[in-house]
Amino acid sequence: MTHTKIREDTTSANAPILETRNLVKRFGSFMANDHLNLTIRTGEIHAILGENGAGKSTLMNMLAGLLEPDEGEISYRGKPVRFRSPRHAMEAGIGMVHQHFMLIPALTVAENVMIGLKNGRGPWFRHAKACADIRRLSESFGLDVDPSAKVGELSVGQQQRVEIVKTLYRGADFIILDEPTAVLTPPETEELFRVLRALREQGKTIVFISHKLNEVESLCDRVSVLRSGKLVASAPMKSTDAAELARLMVGRDIVPPAPRPVPAKSEPVLEVRELSLRRNNAALLQRVCLAVGEGEIVGIAGVDGNGQRELCEAIMGLSADSAMEGEIRIRGSVVPRPKPKTMTELGVGYIPEDRQQDGLVLPMSIGENLILKQFRSKRFNRLFTLKRSRIREAAEAAVREFKIKTPTADHPAGKLSGGNQQKVILARELMQRPKVLIAMQPTRGMDVGAAEYVHRRLLEERERGCGILLVSTELEEVFALSDRIAVIYKGRIAETVDRAEANVDTIGLRMAGL
Amino acid sequence: MDVATWSSYLASALRLAAPLLLAGLGVLFMSRSGILNIGMEGMMLIGALAGVVGASYSGNAWGGLATACLAGACLGALFGFLVITTGADQVIIGTAVNLLGLGLTTVFGRSLLGMGTETVKVDSFPIIRIPLLADIPLIGPALFEQNALTYMALLLVPAAGMLLYKANWGLAVRAVGENPLATDTLGVKVHRVRYACCLLGGVLAGAAGSALSLGILNQFTENMVAGRGFIALSAVIFGRWTPSGTMFASLLFGGAEAMQLRFHWVHVPYQFMLMLPYVLTMAALAWFSGRTKQPAATGIPYKSAANRNG
Repeated sequence: MTHTKIREDTTSANAPILETRNLVKRFGSFMANDHLNLTIRTGEIHAILGENGAGKSTLMNMLAGLLEPDEGEISYRGKPVRFRSPRHAMEAGIGMVHQHFMLIPALTVAENVMIGLKNGRGPWFRHAKACADIRRLSESFGLDVDPSAKVGELSVGQQQRVEIVKTLYRGADFIILDEPTAVLTPPETEELFRVLRALREQGKTIVFISHKLNEVESLCDRVSVLRSGKLVASAPMKSTDAAELARLMVGRDIVPPAPRPVPAKSEPVLEVRELSLRRNNAALLQRVCLAVGEGEIVGIAGVDGNGQRELCEAIMGLSADSAMEGEIRIRGSVVPRPKPKTMTELGVGYIPEDRQQDGLVLPMSIGENLILKQFRSKRFNRLFTLKRSRIREAAEAAVREFKIKTPTADHPAGKLSGGNQQKVILARELMQRPKVLIAMQPTRGMDVGAAEYVHRRLLEERERGCGILLVSTELEEVFALSDRIAVIYKGRIAETVDRAEANVDTIGLRMAGL
Repeated sequence: MDVATWSSYLASALRLAAPLLLAGLGVLFMSRSGILNIGMEGMMLIGALAGVVGASYSGNAWGGLATACLAGACLGALFGFLVITTGADQVIIGTAVNLLGLGLTTVFGRSLLGMGTETVKVDSFPIIRIPLLADIPLIGPALFEQNALTYMALLLVPAAGMLLYKANWGLAVRAVGENPLATDTLGVKVHRVRYACCLLGGVLAGAAGSALSLGILNQFTENMVAGRGFIALSAVIFGRWTPSGTMFASLLFGGAEAMQLRFHWVHVPYQFMLMLPYVLTMAALAWFSGRTKQPAATGIPYKSAANRNG
């Protein structure tokens, strides 16, 4: 077995394990990595910080053998290396846990770990032996994983542990984690940190990509900041702080949203009355009541999977279930049968939770995605043909206005980074000048700068008089933006409180069902 | 109806199921690696002709089987090159293979075997009677008095199961069919696995064709596969992409076909009986295809990780 093999350790605790020299990667004319000189030391947890499109993933993909550098050199354990495939990187001892997991849900944990490996002699795959090996390995690192479980039935946190086990089983001692906490709940994040610290204790080197400053601050030993493909700083965590890092990442100071007046009580633009939803005999929503006024942001806090998605989809008419009861009112009048088209025509904008699955048509261009809700309008349509030049103009305007980082306005949405994809969705929804906006996790997986931008745009919409229903698992975000706050737990919303009266601790307890 | 009638019905059901099963196993391996083989029909047709040609030149059915398997392997390699290496659309290539199969076998069938009314009769697979077991009433003759290829087809089912679920290679096949990128990052050569499955699928398609022309009809006739390639495809779906499921589905479809041959009810027009296997296939697909999940990467060409941009 590879993981028990002890490598000759000639490196002292703080010697560099990996260095890049003038590393360059271009995509067309876009410089994704611009002459990077990065040093990672043995046995440290090294954070790579940067905004979306700063080049973090490109850099990591080169280290892990998924991309080849155009120029420059990577040296690993003192020797120059050139990884032509992930296999070569893996053989050298570099493993990567990708942001979108590289797991096969239909297979068991043991099968996922063992793909491409031999266990024992001969052509046969020994499931029981693999399970025993994996159990032994995962226990030695304090990772709780059931090797015989089907991956598709595991929680996201457990799946991530499987990914870590996969790299360890292949003998990795340099592990890259690409935005590992983006998909985790706070307790799962704590658990991950415990595991990462245990790995560091055992001499593993960890590269931790993130843009959550507080996480980086509490976990990492050293931190490097990328901005626009360049390395702008690399320092021990002790010698810096979150504020400085934020400034380095964004290139300017982050201004927290200014306090703003409480909106005058007005007729609700969106009202949900006694909304219940059942699926397979499970009550997903139970008599939910909500009202969002004109120029008001109502934040819904809650741990992922407590009915947030179902609530938003039910309002948008995306819920195919006939098992829906209750009433949805837009600006005072009942919507008898909510359908996405009706809701759009009534002026309801929608930012879905999963931007790649539900928000965009990835192979289509920015412009095409932008007009998905308006392509029938005279602005973009003449009889049966689309007005291509108008669409391009709109796309170029959106790229300028929303600062979407893209080589051209015709670029497919699928090739943009996550944050820029979200900006395309935001541009599309705001182009409609909605009366009501349903925003689910509008900044999930986004860096400080881009999140701040999205927050500012949402507040501008509020000023304009749009009523916003904000769903977020980030309590900070809910508190920063909302005028009133509700907590959703197991499909129920108890009450909505004014932000001034809300208290972070009590909201936190309600999120846990207490 | 008496025991003898039932017994002979079962025997012919099994015999007619054999080509479906062989073809189904071929489709199964390709599907599990993420390749949709719409072209099974054409591959079987070429296998059927190659079997007859091989048997008539070599003078025995085994020579025919070898020729059919070789022809199938060539087609599998061609199919693999087009859909794996060039990344062409699998449905279009599959359709092209079907048209190619029909055209090639018509031309070469006429030029090699003649156009006359007298068809070339060739050596067929020998019937092997297993002593004692074949004397069991009702099922004895059906199960233990079959031609060699039928036994082979049945024995391939556990072999395929072992290969897919108990061997390292089978794990690689299943992984490639679900998520080639993830499998590639784990050091499996995705294209190599898919090529192997195409070759295996081609060989089994050839064998299936020869099971038809050397095991059942003992001659080649134009378009003799008559939709069985597609029925095999649906047997795999109906069988939920497992070897044993594919076997049961093949037996069901074979049974429907045998019913049409064996039973003639006066008050049912025979055209309806002819429709039976096809109607059953459609019903099975309508009922089952929504309930099972095909391998997630089906039909999607894979470009290796290092060649992608971004």
